[in-house]
Amino acid sequence: MPERTVVIGSRGGLHARPASLLVRAATRQPVPVTIARRGQAPVDARSLLSVLALGAGHGESVVLAAEGEGAEAALAELAALVADDLEGPAGDAVEAGE
Amino acid sequence: MTVPTVLRGIGIGGGAGHGPVARMARPPVPPPPRTVPPVERSTEAAAARTALAEVAAALDRRAAAATGPAADVLSAQALMVTDPALAERAEALALEGADGPRALTGAFGEFRAALDAAGGLFAERVADLDDLRDRAVAALLGLPMPGLPDPGHPHVLVADDLAPADTALLDPAQVIALVTERGGPTSHTAILARGLGVPAVVGCAGADGLAEGRTVLVDAAAGTVEADPAPGAVDAAAARERRRRRAAELTGPGRTAEGHAVKLLVNLGAPQEWEAAAAAESEGVGLFRTEFLFLDRADAPSVAEQTDVYARVFAAFTGRRAVVRTLDAGADKPLPFATAADEQNPALGVRGLRTATRDPGLLDDQLRALAAAARDSAADVWVMAPMVSLPAEAAAFAERVRAHGLSTAGAMVEVPAAALRADALAGACDFLSIGTNDLSQYAFAADRTLASLADLLDPWQPALLDLVHMTATAGARHGRPVGVCGEAAADPALALVLVGLGVTSLSAAPGALPDIRAALAAHTLAECRELADIARTSPDAATARARVGERARF
Repeated sequence: MPERTVVIGSRGGLHARPASLLVRAATRQPVPVTIARRGQAPVDARSLLSVLALGAGHGESVVLAAEGEGAEAALAELAALVADDLEGPAGDAVEAGE
Repeated sequence: MTVPTVLRGIGIGGGAGHGPVARMARPPVPPPPRTVPPVERSTEAAAARTALAEVAAALDRRAAAATGPAADVLSAQALMVTDPALAERAEALALEGADGPRALTGAFGEFRAALDAAGGLFAERVADLDDLRDRAVAALLGLPMPGLPDPGHPHVLVADDLAPADTALLDPAQVIALVTERGGPTSHTAILARGLGVPAVVGCAGADGLAEGRTVLVDAAAGTVEADPAPGAVDAAAARERRRRRAAELTGPGRTAEGHAVKLLVNLGAPQEWEAAAAAESEGVGLFRTEFLFLDRADAPSVAEQTDVYARVFAAFTGRRAVVRTLDAGADKPLPFATAADEQNPALGVRGLRTATRDPGLLDDQLRALAAAARDSAADVWVMAPMVSLPAEAAAFAERVRAHGLSTAGAMVEVPAAALRADALAGACDFLSIGTNDLSQYAFAADRTLASLADLLDPWQPALLDLVHMTATAGARHGRPVGVCGEAAADPALALVLVGLGVTSLSAAPGALPDIRAALAAHTLAECRELADIARTSPDAATARARVGERARF
């Protein structure tokens, strides 16, 4: 099954807005996509509560997986979302630290 | 004909309004659990799914009609309740024999436990899940929806009390007035009502008994809620409200009748208030509460993040004064990284400036960010510390503020000891600002969150006015400005008294300023002093309020 391992780019982890954006994007895909933390059971990426319950923080790796026609394109789109910093609209995004 | 019923409470905001009651419903109470016979299980499962879909549809409808943060909150909640995994679990539990309410509660409960275990920001979503669970169970049982009502027409919102989470969702275009059974003059509901300019009566015993749809007249000036009001009462309240609105058309800086300047400033909190506050006719910010930056997070915000936020506030108040209160953590605003967990009496614990002794880095970071933001702005930035008890603390704070390159440092007067030693305090820094809410709490040993102690916390208490007088007199002797930034400044009659006591600026919710401006313009400083004497020599708060009310012109 095609897979992608991605490091979470959002500062708050897969929470609030970043999690919502991922779930909305996953719902739009032609194939079901799963998301898992390393070494844990995969969950449906269309389920906001399951994605939140991963408790996946900034800088952690997650594995996206999908099968069937359009799987590669779906993974590419979702992997890009997970890797981005999706926190808040532009102007709210501030680099961490000094 | 129905006999009119008049309920009494604490009026907030001075306005009046009437309309049909819409009640905030309580969470549904499900019937005792039952095991569903196998033949009915698929029907029960379908009903659970339908309930979730109904809740989602209602939230989507409201999200579409809302704007800003409210729309975000509502659509995020809709996304949660449409979660396919949630519906599958509820369905599976129903097919195993659980009745509908238990299937829903069980499914929500599993995700609730997982979020709770994930901790941090994830665990904060637990309250959303509980709310959605109550809504789904209510939909299934055909009970009224818990949470803020949405009757689709303007209404008088009647609730037990409002939680901070409700405030983002409250639509001022739909809510004519607020009535709560509980809550005091400084409760969330009261602060929200002032911020939105909605008349409110809080701590209103008997509000529980007001039925859905019944017409009520809410008179915040009188602190009354009249059910089925006579047409004459409605007309009189409407006339008073028109006069009040005319007063609101006065503009310009605060002045007494003969032109003695009293700065009129706004209190400022979370970002959703900024736009309205900056647009309001004011001479700047008298109290910028910075806690919102630090709440709901595991670690303190970085200097860069803080600088960005402060710069946006200062830009909105270019050319005006901006008084920033440094972090006031502790007591009712605990922070995981700044609050000790082992305090028996957090209101008397390590809070406000005291946290800076234990964790100097937190204050230094904040001052560094404020200095960086102030350097690039044309706002007149003043910085003050909360919960100062000793003149030496004020002196040390002022030294630290200046070391960061900020020019104006002040101390808040919230602790009676600070007022008693106001002379030394005024000598130790550049200005004083009296926080009347905490000063009452500490002077009267009365928890400000308890509605049952509202009488003691009444800002008209002559003893509190003595402390204000002492502070203002000391400030004048040292040529230091002395402001009041508590809810006391929002009462126009009391504002006259405060000015008479020697206060040089008043800071309140933006919605309260027009009434204060009008009251000041109608009185000379000498008259304000006379009113202050009357209030201070009254035997109690009620007499002080009544005597000043008779003499003042509105």
